[in-house]
Amino acid sequence: MNRRLVGGLAAPALAAAVAIAVSSIALLIAGESPVTTFREMWKTIDSTQSVTFIVNNAVPYYVAGVAVAIGFKMNLFNIGAAGQYQLGALLAAAAGAAVTLPAPVHVAFVMAVAVVVGAAYAAIAGILKVWRGVNEVISTIMLNYIAIGIAAFLLAEPLRNDSSGNLAQTRSLPASARLPDLNGVFETLGFDFPSGVVLQGFLPFAIALGIGYHLLLNRSRFGFNLRVSGANPAAARTSGVNPKRMVLTTIILSGAIAGLIGMAPLLTEEFSYGDQFPKSLGFTGLALALLGRNHPVGIAGAALVWATIERATQRLSTLGIPQEIGVILQGSFLLAAVIAYEVVRRRTEAAEARAAAERTPDVPMTEVAAAGAETGGRAP
Amino acid sequence: MGPLAIELHDIVKRFPGVVANDGVDLTVRRGTIHAIVGENGAGKSTLMKTLYGAHRPDEGTIVVDGTERTFRSPSDAIHAGIGMVFQHFMLADNFTVWENIVLGDEPGSPLRLDVHGARRRIAALGEQYGLDLDPDELVAELGVGEKQRVEILKVLFRHAKILILDEPTAVLVPHEVDELFGSLRELTADGATVIFISHKLDEVLAHADAITVIRAGHTVGEIDDPRSVSAHQLAEMMVGSELPSPETREKTVRDDVLLEVRDLTIEAGAVSPMAAGALPAAITQGEVMGDAAPVVTVAGGHRPLDGVSFSVRAGEIVGIAGVEGNGQAELIEAIMGLRDATGTVLVDDKDLRGVSTLERRLCGLGYIPEDRQRDGMVLTMPLWENVLLGHQGGPPFVRSGMINRSSAKDRCGRIVEEFDVRTPGIDVNAFTLSGGNQQKLIVGREMTADPRVLVAAHPTRGVDVGAQAVIWDILRDARAGGLATVLVSADLEELIGLSDRLLVMLRGRVVAELDPSNLTPSELGSYMTGAQQDPAGAAP
Amino acid sequence: MTVPLMPTVTAPRQRRVAVSSRRLTLLAMIAAAVVMSAARLISDNDNLTSEGTFGVMVRTAAPIALAGLAGLFAERSGTVNIGLEGMMIAGTIFAGWWGWEWGPWAAIAGGVVGGIFGGLLHALATVTFGVNHIVSGFAINIIAPGVARFMAGLLFVDENGTGLEGGSISNSPGLASPIGRFTVPLMSGGDLFGWTTPDPLRWIEDTGWFVLADVAGLLKGLTTDISLDIILAAAVFVASVYVLWRTAFGLRLRSAGERPSAADSLGVPVLRYRYYGMIISGGLAGFGGAVMVLFANRYQENQVGGRGFLGLATLVVGNWRPGGVAAGAGLFGYFQGITLRTNPDQLVLALLVVGALALGVAAVYAAVRQQWVPAIVVAVIGAACFYLYLRTERPNNQFVYITPYLVTLIVVSVRGQALRPPAQAGLPWRKGMQV
Repeated sequence: MNRRLVGGLAAPALAAAVAIAVSSIALLIAGESPVTTFREMWKTIDSTQSVTFIVNNAVPYYVAGVAVAIGFKMNLFNIGAAGQYQLGALLAAAAGAAVTLPAPVHVAFVMAVAVVVGAAYAAIAGILKVWRGVNEVISTIMLNYIAIGIAAFLLAEPLRNDSSGNLAQTRSLPASARLPDLNGVFETLGFDFPSGVVLQGFLPFAIALGIGYHLLLNRSRFGFNLRVSGANPAAARTSGVNPKRMVLTTIILSGAIAGLIGMAPLLTEEFSYGDQFPKSLGFTGLALALLGRNHPVGIAGAALVWATIERATQRLSTLGIPQEIGVILQGSFLLAAVIAYEVVRRRTEAAEARAAAERTPDVPMTEVAAAGAETGGRAP
Repeated sequence: MGPLAIELHDIVKRFPGVVANDGVDLTVRRGTIHAIVGENGAGKSTLMKTLYGAHRPDEGTIVVDGTERTFRSPSDAIHAGIGMVFQHFMLADNFTVWENIVLGDEPGSPLRLDVHGARRRIAALGEQYGLDLDPDELVAELGVGEKQRVEILKVLFRHAKILILDEPTAVLVPHEVDELFGSLRELTADGATVIFISHKLDEVLAHADAITVIRAGHTVGEIDDPRSVSAHQLAEMMVGSELPSPETREKTVRDDVLLEVRDLTIEAGAVSPMAAGALPAAITQGEVMGDAAPVVTVAGGHRPLDGVSFSVRAGEIVGIAGVEGNGQAELIEAIMGLRDATGTVLVDDKDLRGVSTLERRLCGLGYIPEDRQRDGMVLTMPLWENVLLGHQGGPPFVRSGMINRSSAKDRCGRIVEEFDVRTPGIDVNAFTLSGGNQQKLIVGREMTADPRVLVAAHPTRGVDVGAQAVIWDILRDARAGGLATVLVSADLEELIGLSDRLLVMLRGRVVAELDPSNLTPSELGSYMTGAQQDPAGAAP
Repeated sequence: MTVPLMPTVTAPRQRRVAVSSRRLTLLAMIAAAVVMSAARLISDNDNLTSEGTFGVMVRTAAPIALAGLAGLFAERSGTVNIGLEGMMIAGTIFAGWWGWEWGPWAAIAGGVVGGIFGGLLHALATVTFGVNHIVSGFAINIIAPGVARFMAGLLFVDENGTGLEGGSISNSPGLASPIGRFTVPLMSGGDLFGWTTPDPLRWIEDTGWFVLADVAGLLKGLTTDISLDIILAAAVFVASVYVLWRTAFGLRLRSAGERPSAADSLGVPVLRYRYYGMIISGGLAGFGGAVMVLFANRYQENQVGGRGFLGLATLVVGNWRPGGVAAGAGLFGYFQGITLRTNPDQLVLALLVVGALALGVAAVYAAVRQQWVPAIVVAVIGAACFYLYLRTERPNNQFVYITPYLVTLIVVSVRGQALRPPAQAGLPWRKGMQV
């Protein structure tokens, strides 16, 4: 087990090294010292305020990563997470502001709306896929833009908060729909929060989601079918999995979780949906699922790394260092990581073919298997 | 008698774990149609790949037109005048005929493709040899016979003088077969040499000038005058002069019928559901921006399954013999519910119409798939999770939607012990096991689920001798315990050694029911290859 | 890597096209002209088919078309290029930079260079390392804006943080000079050796005659005051058709995407051709970015705004052919252009009439082929559109905004089987694979 852990970290470590190298080159081109830059970045994150900020930002990233990862586990690309969470957040914000309910129920209600909207919107892509064979990549990309249009339309008139002035946004959520912060809890544990620094309250939900994701994937029958379908579609089908039902259920589930992406900012910081609402969380989720290899802890790690880079580079511009180095770090890390994962995968494939072959003595085999052995153990 | 076009001496080719060619000789005279026959696994395709340069032999020499050659790639073979016509066509469906033919050898200048010249030459070649085709037609619109003509024109376009055809008539209807051989005759009349691989003994005898028989990686016969042999003699050479003798054992067949199949039929041109409506593959293939066209499996225009009926009793093993591609795979898929078919399947008197695959397993149907790595297991998952595969429908492994890990692990441990699976533990991933051990795991998985009926497809394919013996013992013990088994296999030793009854399938139908203890090789071979259909050929 | 089930033999596809596709295209064009003209008269809105509107269409469509062509070259050679957006962005920053230093034609060169960088990166990941095409494409889309901003910070801003000549971290300074423009003489009144020629198309357009005036408007829009880079783009389109279907290079390129194993068995170096395809794809995407920079006269952050994805959409709508891509881009450009005209509301209303009439035509077509259920459904939607037209006072722009995406979605869903993407696009290929 330990060897697998170390082996599993080798590729990301290599990718990180490449990312740092690439960024260092970029810094040198810009006439800055990489050493100074990285030192400044470290100084920035070395404070309670920074750590809090990082955790707060990592939370919605994590939800996005899990939402996308569920699809990835089955080779489904839910690029539509972006559109799903936007619509979910918009309608949840509007619905939440329109009702009065006691505090815990109100929060649950808002989240439920977001989940249902996300699931329903994802279902469109799912139905198109199983009924008409439309690949979800193109359909979800199109649906994303359509969602932006729908959201803009709804925001312009029906759901608009008339007293918000020039900014288009929904009415603010009342206090009963806002999540309390976690400072109190952590202060009893001995943490000290400087004034104005707040650890937002969606964290426990994110953790619960992660646990739920793990349990679903590894302990439930559905999760088993999901993993088998992703690893070996033919074996899955032979074992009795219904492909259409599997695809549809997975896409809808992914959309449902995607709906929750917007809940972290909505319930803890923004309290309304408008032009200023974060828009790119869905795509970040894609990157994190890839980096974290769809693993509940891996995605968490990736989310924290992502948020750390963002925080660490925030102050660089005041020092005259280009802040974009953060995006370059992130992007090159992602690209290097996916390449590294692929290289590792090919190596293990080759090794496994060799190992299995070595254990089989020389016997005349049938031609199908012989041809398969030629192409490395796979039947043509 | 004529100059030699091809001489292959003592060709040996090894793959990891296999010796595909073990000292094969081949002598082909120029201007003749030369047939190579042998059953599945004899080594024919491997030999041909050596000849057309796809790989190099480990030992042996290749002599073309009197000169010894080494081929580092297909291009070298093409330059030597050898052209290969594949069994599985290498054609781009969305290209036209002429585009497929000239690819890689385009006439004209780099800036201008000489389309007219290409079309003219193709039309001329086609007319000369009776391979009529419209050069501008899309390959996707062509019938199977026409696609084959494109492949032949491909090699002729490159001035091939020696043509190799791999199972050319496997997918053709009778009149297409005649047209093909007509064209081949025209070619040999012009000095070309044709080598073709086939199972169909009646065709071989009717059209070949000379025949080479290969079995188990060796050349076992060279026939210079096909008129001097009969189909039965040929079949006997293919299959071996002696069939393995079935072991004397007591009859364990009981009265109750556990599996009954009635009139199972799949219409020609039916879409294979395994491809259409399939789960997304690891790499999105072709369907990223459009739609995946459904895959159609067609075998020469006849129905993949044509009114198959039989029954299996408790304590009985019914073996299904036949050349691959004659409906065995479809039969299994239909019984397991992986493919739609009309007709009836009854397991223990329960009608399985409308019952899902997973539920069929719960009804007592066990399944050992033909391709264990593709259909039977997930190599990247640990052994105990592989034990769940096919059995995740309900208890004991799944309760209220959650997996009972301990019961799965216990079962896995039991399987490893009882079925002699050599493994360091049950948590290792399946790919670390050898083929034989993987298969033992699968067999054990099915057996410990207490099936009433077992469908076993090539259960010892790619398995070492030791594991093979273990699996055979398991099957025999289960049979004694009352299991009803359908056994599909290409291994005659396995079929004859295990079966109580033998059914032979040809072109989707059951054409014979034979007694394994009372069987001659020529009889079996004849039924399998359809030579028995020849009215002129009488049983020996 | 699991290789999905492959067919042993394929049966002949039904010859389903009763009417040849060329005739169908011609009929569609005539129907479109009639519908547009009728809508113009019904809604009394000349701008629907005016030269001005079509002129905007051309300018808006050009970058989308180039993105589509870029996607086409990539997919035809076997690689799906989701990273078009990122490559266009790379094109814009290089175009803004070189254009500022050395003028408009340098801008075009810069755009191509920037795009090629992106293309090479994508090719390295997918062709050499076999990374999934979607994943690699998205990674490029994530990196590119950051790199662009980074470069802008280095190039357009000095050490103190002040912009140079009006530049900033989010836009370049203006280009050294604008690119030339051209109007076709004798048809649209362009100059010929200094002499202003007559403008017959304008004359026809002004008459307002049914169909003729609209076609004149279209032709005039396509031939008036067109900037030279767009003419270059048009030339590139024409050249693409020739290269892809009439040269050995193009044949091999397409084979790498249709049936790499067949190509390999005939001695074609498949992986090398996939690289070529990606390089061309990147270059074209970068050119598209340069076109936008030339139009805005500078690089601007977020300039590309989704046009890379719209380019992919034109691939689907255009059935992977350059002509189709151009037509699809024109369609999308038309819709986007509408929102940029003065008085867009009236135009949007007029579009409702167009929609209603077009659906009516589609309903008739379906009825002629005896597909009764689709015919009725389509007719009902068409009637609803017309009703909406009569009742709406102030239409919402959002509807027009989403139309290109909606159209693509509908096309993909409906025409699924008839679409012909390159058979092996998206499948990483290695030597020895039998696909």
